[in-house]
Amino acid sequence: MPPDDPPPLLAEGLKRSFGHVHAVRGIDLRVERGDLLAIVGPNGAGKTTLLRMLGGLARPSAGRVIVQGRTLRADDPDARRPLGLLSHQSFLYDDLTALENLRFAARLYRLPEPAARAVAALETVGLGGDGNRPVRTLSRGMVQRVALARALLTDPEILLLDEPFTGLDAPAGDRLRRFLREHLARAGSAVVVSHQLTEVWDLATAVGIMVGGRWAEPPAPAPPLDVFQRRYAERLHG
Amino acid sequence: MGDWLRTAAAVAGKDLLVEWRSRTAMLSALVFAAVVLVIFNFARDATLLAAADLAPSVLWITFAFAAMIALNRGFALEKENAALDGILLAPVPRGALFTGKLVANLAFVGLVEAVTLPLFVLFFNVSLWHALPGLLGVMAVATLGFVVVGTLFSAMTVRTRFAELMLPMLLLPFMMPVLSTAVQATARLLAGRPLSEIWGWLRFLALYDVVFLTVSPWLFRAVVEE
Repeated sequence: MPPDDPPPLLAEGLKRSFGHVHAVRGIDLRVERGDLLAIVGPNGAGKTTLLRMLGGLARPSAGRVIVQGRTLRADDPDARRPLGLLSHQSFLYDDLTALENLRFAARLYRLPEPAARAVAALETVGLGGDGNRPVRTLSRGMVQRVALARALLTDPEILLLDEPFTGLDAPAGDRLRRFLREHLARAGSAVVVSHQLTEVWDLATAVGIMVGGRWAEPPAPAPPLDVFQRRYAERLHG
Repeated sequence: MGDWLRTAAAVAGKDLLVEWRSRTAMLSALVFAAVVLVIFNFARDATLLAAADLAPSVLWITFAFAAMIALNRGFALEKENAALDGILLAPVPRGALFTGKLVANLAFVGLVEAVTLPLFVLFFNVSLWHALPGLLGVMAVATLGFVVVGTLFSAMTVRTRFAELMLPMLLLPFMMPVLSTAVQATARLLAGRPLSEIWGWLRFLALYDVVFLTVSPWLFRAVVEE
């Protein structure tokens, strides 16, 4: 990597308030190529709000997000192109089939051959045979996989995943881990918010603990899981 | 420009497909329109009030409130699973998103009007043949006007807690100039007056369209960004 090459994802002084509620109170982070940053924290720590700001879905009250050297701004939608976001919400239309949902998303991203991209994305998450089923008829885990396929549709360089293992059965979880490993090997980057630490621990290059909208422990190389879990419990319970 | 149009077409096509699958808003609007026409028809005392005197108001009240049902669903379907966030995450020009929504809403409201008009002729026994070209012109410019404003307000209210209540409260004052002008023009047309008599009103409606077609996409950007 050339020395002047900007990091894929950089956040500086991110804050976000909702009225008097300060959800995020000043977060800095830097994610390099091949990095997977795992973020953990109790409910209400501001992790989802942080991920929404990193994805450009929520405007920071202060600070900025820089994606591959471009500051995310509402009037520069192309700056969001390298990002793939999996949220708590699936972003899917229940009355459309899985394939129709993905084709629509592919058109929004102006991908060539949207139909073929949709099929390929569904196959990536192991749902190749269920593409013509309306989303409303799919199980919770299958919806999560279609949502994941939507996030992966553009082959994004930076993945922002909020609880990606929720609802996934063991084979689907393995498949996702395998995909993430390949993504990192291709010099992709990822930020993963998860309570299921065992799912991502072997992939995480750094881990940060968020409490009350701040870093209780800023991102640092991940120690052995049992060591971290003890430290995390101390952070949570004082 | 090609990408911009393709994005707008994708949004409009998706909205129409979702509505085709569920048909909820369309059926609600059509049933509502039919019920309004039936009630007004039977409530009218034919010895006191000629159908032609009441018909223009009834027609536009029916159009306006049936359109409200269609407009309410325009962004309501985007609330489902936060689908709007999925669109906003993509590098989509906000103007193209607005245009796609507008086209889908125009298709809905146009279809509701196309079904309502023959029912109106049936119930109110008015002869439309001589007035039809003029009336279609009035319908086109008036509908475009309130659907443009309705699309914007639908986006504004969708994140509020009482979106279905807020939309009519915000939209109706903005619809008043369009509706009153359209009623006046329709009354003249149904009375067999020449098209030249309503030319001024048509120009007013066209001006309203131009103003809100210019302002609404610009305001829409601010509305959809969190």
